[in-house]
Amino acid sequence: MLKLPIYLDNNATTPVDPRVLQAMLPYFTDIFGNAASRNHPFGWKAEEGVDYAREQVANLIGASEKEIIFTSGATESNNLAIKGVYEMYAEKGNHIITLTTEHKAVLDTCKHLEKLGAEVTYLEVQSDGLLNLADLEAAIKPNTILVSVMFANNEIGVIQPIKEIAAIAHKHGALFHTDATQAVGKVNTDVNEYGIDLLSLTAHKMYGPKGIGALYVRRKNPRVKVTAQIDGGGHERGMRSGTLNVPGIVGFGKACELARLEMGQDAARLSIMRDRLENSLLELEESYLNGNKDHRLPHCTNISFKYVEGEGLMMGVKDIAVSSGSACTSASLEPSYVLKSLGLDDDLAHSSLRFGLSRFTTDEEIDFAINQTKEAVMKLREMSPLWEMFKEGIDLKAIAWAEH
Amino acid sequence: MAYSEKVIDHYSNPRNIGTLDKSKNNVGTGLVGAPECGDVMRLQIEVDEVSGTITDAKFKTFGCGSAIASSSLATEWLKGKSIDDALKIDNMDIVEELALPPVKIHCSVLAEDAIKAAINDYRAKNNLAPIEVHSL
Repeated sequence: MLKLPIYLDNNATTPVDPRVLQAMLPYFTDIFGNAASRNHPFGWKAEEGVDYAREQVANLIGASEKEIIFTSGATESNNLAIKGVYEMYAEKGNHIITLTTEHKAVLDTCKHLEKLGAEVTYLEVQSDGLLNLADLEAAIKPNTILVSVMFANNEIGVIQPIKEIAAIAHKHGALFHTDATQAVGKVNTDVNEYGIDLLSLTAHKMYGPKGIGALYVRRKNPRVKVTAQIDGGGHERGMRSGTLNVPGIVGFGKACELARLEMGQDAARLSIMRDRLENSLLELEESYLNGNKDHRLPHCTNISFKYVEGEGLMMGVKDIAVSSGSACTSASLEPSYVLKSLGLDDDLAHSSLRFGLSRFTTDEEIDFAINQTKEAVMKLREMSPLWEMFKEGIDLKAIAWAEH
Repeated sequence: MAYSEKVIDHYSNPRNIGTLDKSKNNVGTGLVGAPECGDVMRLQIEVDEVSGTITDAKFKTFGCGSAIASSSLATEWLKGKSIDDALKIDNMDIVEELALPPVKIHCSVLAEDAIKAAINDYRAKNNLAPIEVHSL
């Protein structure tokens, strides 16, 4: 029996893998010590758990364990990376380059720094969501200290040309940070292969618990330093104070180990399911894939359905938990800024759905999602005057609509 | 967002979806809203020219569940009413019947506008002066 509703919003968060939960449980009760307690076995045992997890996390991204700073999640990691570099390298320059399609944790951090005197360039992306490398090259200035470009986008899943971006940053003496929240554990994110100096990651997007993440900070070629944003007991080599979330860290480590061992097979299986879902939905007339088809995550897709209104569509797919490009909460009708950055008109941005599959998604669930989405789109079009006009060949843009 | 049971009912089983022949003299068509705003309603009435009674009403709506429900309900209420009584339908009656939250009141306003636009279209076809539409 299919259990409804079906969860297909795995870019928002994933369930904790039962194997991760099992690894965590002893650290709530038996091994509850403070990892910073140096005087007794309770502390030592907790520290052992943390040390092991730190290796597991490092191994997944090809780093050394000394380069992993545990944080509360990717938002904090992004804050630490960008604010920390801005403060640490203030003498070198104050210019930061990022994208308009970044997560708010990066954009709002940059906006904050602008108020403190930073100069920030927000590069537009192309209509497929990818950065044009020539635009990056042209934006670099003598005072550029940091380039921050996300590995994979949270709404459309496109994977940026990370290796090339890192190379351009380095050629001009700037550091390269990537928010890899969506990519780590899904695709290869080896920091040496890609030339990454700082990388943000979080556990809850990869079957780990919420409230734990990490920032990778390169220690060699070059040695990167960030100014701490949370002061206190000097934990995490002074870069992030605060008592370590030992059960969370242990779970994060286990999730990373499982991802390292299983992401290849997961990606192969999920991309087949994703393609089946996507191809079935694209069979509908006037439906469009958002983002580059070739450079993207294996487990998600984002599709717009023209002549269907977003909120009505969400109501029609009530048994599948997905995300809509329409952020129309309350009275404001503000469509996704990421989709707008691709050049989509408001109507297409509003009527988009993001589907995110997980390790636990089944073929039956995909069948159900295909059917319910198709039915909802067809039903809403049947009652849409715009669809009727489109079918009659009327140009909707030529009509003088009464704005209200 | 939580929808009322009546909104869900109209959304799931909309009444009177369809199209009337807009070239006919006794059919009035109202098209209100704009795609960029996320709501477009088309409401049509067919009028018995002798009695002045609305004999049929149809709608098509592009919009959220509340917009669909508002127009579906409007067609239900219009059938069998005289033009004069139809003009008395107030958007707040729709708000009350469907238990619309404040952020969805504009859907009821749009439905009222659509009724008046359809009536005016009918009146124009029959060489009658338009009635005043306040909320457009």
